[in-house]
Amino acid sequence: MDDVPTKSSELKMASPRLILLLLLASAFSLSTVLAQWHQNWAGNRSDNGSALAVVMGDSRRIFANHFFTKADVYFHSGYYPSIFDAPKQQERSHMEEDLTQTHDDEDEDDHHAHDESCDHGEEHGEAEFLDKPRNIIDAFGRNFYITSHSHLAEGEQREMLPWLKIAAELDPQKVQTYTVASYWLRSRLNKPKEAEQFLREGLRVNPDSYEILFELGRIQRENYTNPDNARNLWELALLKWRKQESAGLKPNEFNYQQIIGFLGALEEQQGNVVKAIEYFEALKEVSPAKADIELRIEKLKVASEPQ
Amino acid sequence: MMNNAFALAGIVIKELYRRKDFYVLFILTALLTLLLGSINFFNEQNIARYVKEFCLLLIWIASLVIAVTTTARQIPAEREQRTIFPLLAKPVSRGDLIFGKFLGCWIASGIVLVVFYVFFAVITGAREHHIHVAAYFQAFWMHWMMLGVVVGMVLLGSIVFAAPSSNSTISFVVILGILLVGRHLNKVADSLAEPTSSILYTVYYVIPHLEFYDLRDLIVHNAGSAPWWAVGVATIYAMVYAALFQFVAWMTFRRKALN
Repeated sequence: MDDVPTKSSELKMASPRLILLLLLASAFSLSTVLAQWHQNWAGNRSDNGSALAVVMGDSRRIFANHFFTKADVYFHSGYYPSIFDAPKQQERSHMEEDLTQTHDDEDEDDHHAHDESCDHGEEHGEAEFLDKPRNIIDAFGRNFYITSHSHLAEGEQREMLPWLKIAAELDPQKVQTYTVASYWLRSRLNKPKEAEQFLREGLRVNPDSYEILFELGRIQRENYTNPDNARNLWELALLKWRKQESAGLKPNEFNYQQIIGFLGALEEQQGNVVKAIEYFEALKEVSPAKADIELRIEKLKVASEPQ
Repeated sequence: MMNNAFALAGIVIKELYRRKDFYVLFILTALLTLLLGSINFFNEQNIARYVKEFCLLLIWIASLVIAVTTTARQIPAEREQRTIFPLLAKPVSRGDLIFGKFLGCWIASGIVLVVFYVFFAVITGAREHHIHVAAYFQAFWMHWMMLGVVVGMVLLGSIVFAAPSSNSTISFVVILGILLVGRHLNKVADSLAEPTSSILYTVYYVIPHLEFYDLRDLIVHNAGSAPWWAVGVATIYAMVYAALFQFVAWMTFRRKALN
């Protein structure tokens, strides 16, 4: 009992400053080890560049689809089925359908006329998801939300762009986001420079994307009137497509038709008849409009024959 | 009775501007909206709809938070601080207290909404160079009517539930549930077997359809305004539900011991 100190002040205790110093030294030593480990760690997100990628990791891809769909909702001016209205999910958004349809139309004026005259609901295969009101509450509630189908007016398509940009930030691997945004930028908003820049951002992340290369080619051909650059880009797109096909990745056949179709048309316009016939022959193999293509080939052959 | 109710309402309104909730939420809404509005998307200067959508979402969240939390603490705070005894000792009945608290919370929510919607109109006017006065007024009015139902519902909850926190949580779940799926309950009911289908259909008819009052889509997509007759009917619908909640709250409060 004599050894037990009687006052607390007599207890031997290390100085708080020394403890603090020890803790700081330990933290510093640990950080040198942990920093190196973190850099080599597979889950390290700091190299992703984007703040969203750092904060959300791969979970951000879940939201990317939501924002892509949001752009489609805007395209339809808010008239859009909810999960309760649409039992079957559509594979393609309607703004994408608009894109591919215009790809087929060589004549822009025709497309505009078509836009104005036709019933878009039927054109896009969109069922009018709102049936007759089921009851009085349903009928009354329809006064307070959008119940008629319309698309964004000319020039107003810019309203979709923020959602497409956010979707691309969240899921940079989703190629459609770049091609759809590029289509609206170059064809309806007269912003080929911005479209090209956005596509190039997409190409950096998706270097094997034949879709992005094809869109880049369209900008060169249609907006910059630069057939040589367009040809180079489309040929590269074709190469990428064939590479993926030979690797068994099942690339989109419709895109293949577009690439060779546009290449054929370009060669035809440039007077390279042999090349054009070559592309159209390849197109004939895969296209559902075989008779039309055969006719086009025949015309080319006749025109190229010496008088 | 009305004098007592207005006097009580005045106290609630003073409480709103003494507390910091509204200021914090307003500054947060304004900052986030301005920040989002300043983002450059493909050098397009006139993109407005995403800013409108985001701003309206924040206004809805902020107004619901203010309405629910302000209402939920009214009667429990009076009981906890024991100020309810001197209050009821005066010629103030329990009915006056319920109605006064309702009126105060509802008017306070209305004042908050006016500030938020003026900010919204200024922001959208600056981007679209046009203010859709009729549509914005309708949106404000319907929003306020919806908050009347919410305030009534939460006031009833503050008498039924033990603590303001549990009342707030349950109220938020119910309100969000109605806003998100209220419109679609009948479709879900149709796909279910009996008796679940009938139960769900009953729920569909009984709940206050708060989604009627959400005119955000019309505003965001510049789809014009709702028919005025429908706004009138919706106003009566909201008043009936608000009165019903107050009546049930009064009936429950009448039989409730205060300590």
